[in-house]
Amino acid sequence: MIKSFRGGIHPNDNKSYTADKPIEIAQLPSKVIIPVRQHIGAPCDPVVAKGDLVKKGQVIASNAAFVSSPVHASLSGVITDVGEYSHPVFGKCLSVVIENDGLDEWIDGIPVQRDWDKFDGNEIKTIIKEAGIVGMGGATFPTHVKLSPPKEKNIDILIINAAECEPFLTADYRMMLEYSEKIVTGVKIIMKVLGVQKAFIGIEDNKPDAVAVLKKLVDGTTVEVVAIPTKYPQGAEKMLIKVLTGREVPSGSLPMDVGVVVQNIGTVVAIFDAVVKGIPLIQRVTTISGSAVAEPKNLLLRLGTTFKDAIDNCGGFTEEPAKIIMGGPMMGFAQSNLNISIIKGVSGILGLSKKDINTGTQSPCIRCGKCVSVCPCGLNPSMLSIFGEKGMYKEAKLEQNLFDCAECGSCVYVCPAKRNIVQYIRYCKMKNTADAAKKKEALAK
Amino acid sequence: MSEIKLQDNLFTISTSPHIRADASISKIMWTVSLALTPAAIFAIYHFGTPALIVILAGSLSAVVFEYIVQKLRKKTITISDGSAFLTGFLLSMCLPPSIPPYMAIIGSFIAIVIAKHSMGGLGYNIFNPAHIGRAALMVSWPVAMTTWTNLSGKVDAVASATPLNILKQQGYTNLVHTFGSVPQMYKAMFFGARNGSIGETSTILLILGGVYLIYKGYANWVVPVFMIGTVGILTWVCGPTGLFTGDPIFHMMAGGLIIGAFFMATDMVTIPITKKGQVVFAIGAGALTVLIRLKGGYPEGVCYSILLMNAVSPLIDRFMKPVKFGARG
Repeated sequence: MIKSFRGGIHPNDNKSYTADKPIEIAQLPSKVIIPVRQHIGAPCDPVVAKGDLVKKGQVIASNAAFVSSPVHASLSGVITDVGEYSHPVFGKCLSVVIENDGLDEWIDGIPVQRDWDKFDGNEIKTIIKEAGIVGMGGATFPTHVKLSPPKEKNIDILIINAAECEPFLTADYRMMLEYSEKIVTGVKIIMKVLGVQKAFIGIEDNKPDAVAVLKKLVDGTTVEVVAIPTKYPQGAEKMLIKVLTGREVPSGSLPMDVGVVVQNIGTVVAIFDAVVKGIPLIQRVTTISGSAVAEPKNLLLRLGTTFKDAIDNCGGFTEEPAKIIMGGPMMGFAQSNLNISIIKGVSGILGLSKKDINTGTQSPCIRCGKCVSVCPCGLNPSMLSIFGEKGMYKEAKLEQNLFDCAECGSCVYVCPAKRNIVQYIRYCKMKNTADAAKKKEALAK
Repeated sequence: MSEIKLQDNLFTISTSPHIRADASISKIMWTVSLALTPAAIFAIYHFGTPALIVILAGSLSAVVFEYIVQKLRKKTITISDGSAFLTGFLLSMCLPPSIPPYMAIIGSFIAIVIAKHSMGGLGYNIFNPAHIGRAALMVSWPVAMTTWTNLSGKVDAVASATPLNILKQQGYTNLVHTFGSVPQMYKAMFFGARNGSIGETSTILLILGGVYLIYKGYANWVVPVFMIGTVGILTWVCGPTGLFTGDPIFHMMAGGLIIGAFFMATDMVTIPITKKGQVVFAIGAGALTVLIRLKGGYPEGVCYSILLMNAVSPLIDRFMKPVKFGARG
């Protein structure tokens, strides 16, 4: 029996909407809107202009900085605009609009079929960088950077995050069932890059068939598939490391400080495609779900497809959704409209109805302590929310470990007073960060 | 089904998370009242109509006072959340059955208007409002609050004083004598055939209600277990004729300890928020109860000991913070 982490919640996983639906290739949209900013790090600059003809896989935006990742055309066609469009995370962002010419042609030289073992670690990292691969669980941190830990950090374990603890989402689960061989090869590729002997694939035990399929494939290797207790936020990096290895990442440190690198299952698939087939990241598997969606599905979508086109692939809405979410319902981003593009970190699009979201009016904290008992980070969300409400953000930082909050939302989920705890915490963090920036500026003068 | 028209920019924006559990304050409050109901029904059977009148006067007037205060303060009326009803209900359960109903109403006024709303309303009060109401009545009408007339002949009547009163004034031997024998005394204490405040007599029904609350997740088991356990151990150790000569079983069932430990000391608003803090709170409340019972002027001390520990709850919270993830790493 594997020991779980402290705290956590058991929301209704709502995965039955799409768990049994095989990954379906979405109809190609008439146009794609591709934001040049699809990762955390230095934003890219467009390298194409209005009127240019591009082919699938061609670089359309890049940046020479190390912590950056290029963006590729996901369709062949003509560029009809380079301008500001809605972005699911940053609000507005410079984007490249490609009108589909219907040919769906690859740029010369891809795809190929090659033996990954002939490349050394650095060559593989270059391939990963050039293929524009970023963390596909939602964090979108450039993968080649994550795979280049400083020499003094002795990395000895690779963890593949396949927990998929967010309700509704099943994209990772379907990939494990349908792309299982790609995943196993992808894991071996990453192990070679990092030079590690041991890898874990952590899967929540509500997906026993995925566990069985992968277990069979890794039999006799140093890759271990582990069924871990189903509990949100099991897929939070630090919780996953704790459960699989027993190592606790110290507050304020990174997984590499305890010798671990974590990769998402979608990223592993993208790495396989890039290294073995030579194709850059231009599409991803995304779960379209929620009780307002007519036919929830797992779709293979081209990057830059709008939410509207994706939902039309699922028969549209059966009722007016109360909320549109990019990602999962616990940590995803609410969207104001459907003219938003799918970017590399979009693991799901949810059309949630009123009955899904169960909102209420916020009232004062009754100190029931539920938030304290579910907080996986060991904080007192009740006090943090009260400090936020009173504008006492400095106290939140000094007395209540504000910056240790991972914003997993477990506290808000259980709160009977319907308090917007995470919102207050974000406000406090923002104010503290702004203060720190101001101080730095004053010192510079 | 694409005929559903969607305008631009019409969806609600908010920060994550976007789903919430089906939990609410009113659910908690009404469930606590429900858990208290079996003991109340027994009380009405045991003490007769006067008990019913006191319960109704106390709980309904609490709701009325909450309505008036919120109206005057121009706040949202929240009487339907059940918290005012529960306060009045709990208060009347802690009053003698023979008390004039108007005193119960005054107690509710003190509980709701002074202890709760003058502090800012639900969630802001430092002290348990029901116990403040009881304490105020205790100092205002000490005779009415400690007169235990035999009201009903339905249950094989015991002496007209409460067991703790008899213990205080006449000693343990006379106490046992009143009930006949030790097993008979335990039986009466367990099932409720004794004198006392309206809701405190039936140990078994109160425990059942309390266990239901713990099962529902609305009360933490550590509070009743540590509080009642502390009383048991200390009364056993500090016996009347030397160490380890006390009667812990009697003390654990006597007076308002069971109702206090399960329903008052578990009041979320007024106790520490962490489990560790609640252990400290419960042990403290248990120890103070024993101190008052054995050494104080009053025969019973549950009410005052919980109020005293309420006062130090914020302090306990300050020192007993949860250990953050990664602090050991």
